Amino acid sequence: MQFLPELALLGAGFVIFLVSLGKTDANKIKTVAIGLGTVVFAATLISFGAKGNLFYDSYKIDLYSQVFKVLIAGAMLVVLILGRKLKDIKNSVHPEYYLFLFMSVLGLMMLVSSVELLAIFVALELSSFAVYIMVPMRDDAGNYRFQMEAGIKYLLFGVTATGFMLFGMSYMFGLTGSTQLSIVVAKLSLLYNQPAAIIAIMMVLAGFFYKLALFPFHFWVPDVYEGASNETTAFIASVPKLAAVALLIRLVSMIHGEGQVIVNILMVCALLSMFYGNLSALIQTDVKRMLGFSGIAHAGFILLGLLTFQLSGFANALFYIIGYVVMNLACFLVICSISTNGENVQISDLNGLHKRSPLLALTLAVALFALAGIPPFVGFMGKFMLLAGALKQGYLMLVVLAAINTAIAIFYYLSVVRVTFCNDAENNNPITSTLFTNITSIVLLLIIVIMGVAPQQFIDFATSAVQSIN
Amino acid sequence: MDQLLINPNYPHILSTLIFLPLAGALLLLFVNNDYFARYWTLGITALTGILSIPLVSAFDTTSAKFQFVEQYTWIKSLNIQYVIGVDGISILLIMLTTLIMPLCVLASWSYIKTRVQPFMICLLIMETAMLGVFMALDFVLFYILWEAMLIPMYLLIGIWGGPRKIYASIKFFLYTLAGSIMLLVGIIWLYKTNNYSFFIPDMMWQNYSLTAQVFLFLAFFLAFAIKVPMFPFHTWLPAAHVEAPTAGSVILASVLLKMGTYGFLRFALPITPEATTLLMPYVLWISIAGIIYGGFTALAQHDMKKLIAYSSVGHMGFVTLGIFVLNIEGIEGSILQMINHGITTGALFLCVGMIYERTHSRELRSATGVGKYMPIYVTFLAFFSLSSFGFPGTNSFVGEFMILAGTFKHSTTLALAAIPGAVLAAAYMLRMLQKIIWGGIDNPDQSWLSDLNMREIITLCPFLFFVFWIGLGPQPFIDLIHFTITNLLDQFHAHQGQAVAATELILH
Repeated sequence: MQFLPELALLGAGFVIFLVSLGKTDANKIKTVAIGLGTVVFAATLISFGAKGNLFYDSYKIDLYSQVFKVLIAGAMLVVLILGRKLKDIKNSVHPEYYLFLFMSVLGLMMLVSSVELLAIFVALELSSFAVYIMVPMRDDAGNYRFQMEAGIKYLLFGVTATGFMLFGMSYMFGLTGSTQLSIVVAKLSLLYNQPAAIIAIMMVLAGFFYKLALFPFHFWVPDVYEGASNETTAFIASVPKLAAVALLIRLVSMIHGEGQVIVNILMVCALLSMFYGNLSALIQTDVKRMLGFSGIAHAGFILLGLLTFQLSGFANALFYIIGYVVMNLACFLVICSISTNGENVQISDLNGLHKRSPLLALTLAVALFALAGIPPFVGFMGKFMLLAGALKQGYLMLVVLAAINTAIAIFYYLSVVRVTFCNDAENNNPITSTLFTNITSIVLLLIIVIMGVAPQQFIDFATSAVQSIN
Repeated sequence: MDQLLINPNYPHILSTLIFLPLAGALLLLFVNNDYFARYWTLGITALTGILSIPLVSAFDTTSAKFQFVEQYTWIKSLNIQYVIGVDGISILLIMLTTLIMPLCVLASWSYIKTRVQPFMICLLIMETAMLGVFMALDFVLFYILWEAMLIPMYLLIGIWGGPRKIYASIKFFLYTLAGSIMLLVGIIWLYKTNNYSFFIPDMMWQNYSLTAQVFLFLAFFLAFAIKVPMFPFHTWLPAAHVEAPTAGSVILASVLLKMGTYGFLRFALPITPEATTLLMPYVLWISIAGIIYGGFTALAQHDMKKLIAYSSVGHMGFVTLGIFVLNIEGIEGSILQMINHGITTGALFLCVGMIYERTHSRELRSATGVGKYMPIYVTFLAFFSLSSFGFPGTNSFVGEFMILAGTFKHSTTLALAAIPGAVLAAAYMLRMLQKIIWGGIDNPDQSWLSDLNMREIITLCPFLFFVFWIGLGPQPFIDLIHFTITNLLDQFHAHQGQAVAATELILH
């Protein structure tokens, strides 16, 4: 019961592995993969209320971890649905692609439950290595070799970040004599203003900064987003970020002492992420690249919640990442549907989308307005609560600068909405979308609106989830 | 909560007004039929207009409290409420909005030929947001509607606009949004300072420190001055007006611009009274600059819509002038002038739209000499033009007269500086009128033009009715606002401790 989601994923991996042994029809594998994804999602729902400690207390099942497992499984299911055709992956490697996808998700699910340094490391690596392989799996039929560059970049930056993290973990162990997170944090809180402790904490956080694409560990983002196939990017842009935020909240929420140095460092990272992400996104022409940079900026916003070191701040960060993932998935759903052969989508390709597919145009517009933080969508509510929380702690300057960033960001989101609605297309071929994608996009739209208009239930839920950590 | 008055006879009238258009828009989403969309939207907006009439008849003019109040908890953890109400500042603006919307639908009847259903949905959502902005008594509710309004307006300009619609719509959106970002920070600061409450009446008349007030005032000023728009923040307005479809221009001129001045009255004066006194002289001279600048620029325009857009800058300069002289004549006059500007300029944009539908040009040159062939049209145009420069007997005369009376009371220099604006208004409006009615020897052939049809006449008649009603008998309108404004000014003068000290400090 407690370990059901992970077992389901492992089983899913095995099934796909068996399928990959024979020669199989690509269509059948897709159906199998979506079916397995649904099973995993169901398994996370079944084990939702489970509680307990496993593996000598290095693995904790609580409300918090189970919430994230549901979210991760749900996001994975959406990725599976929107990438239903795997247009840009060679037919022969489809089973392997799904296998690695499931393995990566398994790693992420283990990550949100891990409360021991080595378990965290193992889970993180499991999830990362699978993605390292998924990135270069893009078809190179059109002599298109960016995916190799992207794969190498992702790997090298990933390994570097992991190196930082391991080094930090060794410091933590050296300072506290334990790898249990609860003991480590308890002992570390006596040493907060010691340089060694600060270095240790920052280096461990670096590993998650990399997953979340926060400054200064964001350098892989644009090239990997552009080089990986649309479906892979949709995955990288959403699911690992959920897990990264989960672990960041878990780590940070255990800190009780006065850690002004750490707050300052986090503030600097948050602001630089926002400015770097938003200013770079202004000049992009590739939609995925633009979303990549915007993701860096949004990661900075999430830090606003963490650096308050308040329960409400963590709940806000949790609310925001859920909203962000939904908005992002909605964007990628449109991207995957538009690109006919899995090629990258330029902003100019969106010309006249309102004629080619009204529903997709509406989805994209709502998702982008939400990302830009315009009410009444979830992006506004999330940002508003993060800003209110930060100002409550007295960080006025930080809030002002973050607010300025919102204004900068409007421009590039708006210029995409502009081409979708106001320009007319050269090609007016209607885009065929299946019933499945239509339903998914309507569901995502509804979530974006409901979370924006009636956030109370979600906030309460996020608060009780965060409360269950300790 | 003693600022609230719940009117038992009409428990949910405001919510009905807000949500009726929204519900109409949602239902319209499912029917993609041009004819149905037009009649449906006309029906919904007309129904909203009719339902809003009890607001005036049941409005208690002897109370400065908020009336018809509804209050529900919305987001508990942040203490955000859904609380709406009406007082003397907002009642006329709400009526203006509800009554002008059916006319906007009529004006778009044949003007909008493509994508009628989305257009009508945008109009309905606009109405919901605009009414909500004027009614909201919770700052977050206000901000959400204030920002959400940008989306349908952006689409109205960006999809159905003229040749430079992209430039105009993005400029409009960015300008307005960038301006109100600091307002958001201000709101959160007020929330923190006021014991974690977003309830607007509780934020008023608190003794914030003068420094805080000045910063808050600047945040308010940036947001509202862009919306008004005050000189030098006006550049988005001509672009947006020129490119927007007729209904968009009317909404923009009649309602959206009023939100800035409404914001000054609702927030800047009661929340930052001392900063207002301190910074008043600068705002007044900016208003004067806007009046003169708008007048001169309008004089030089060849595009009729641009001409009226620049005249708006001048007229709104009068409104801000009236607000910031801070006496009863000035503020009442400026509220009346907001309504007048909504009526007159809205009607003028409709007139230009009617010519544009026929000639497909907004150039003054191509519309010269139509008086011979469109007698009914030029009759309407003449009345609205006279009203626009404040001819006695029309509505704007009353408003401008009150504002100037208030200004004379405050400072003679200031009033004398504003007078040329009124003269300029006459000059540019008469120039336009002369050209359209008679033109010169080189008039283009206009004989093929058909005069106004019944729908267009019906659209313009209500405007004319109000032009003369306010022009000849403004007392009922002033009665509606008088008590609230008296109360506002009493409170305002009672909260001037620090500012007086600070001014003395500067002077000595």
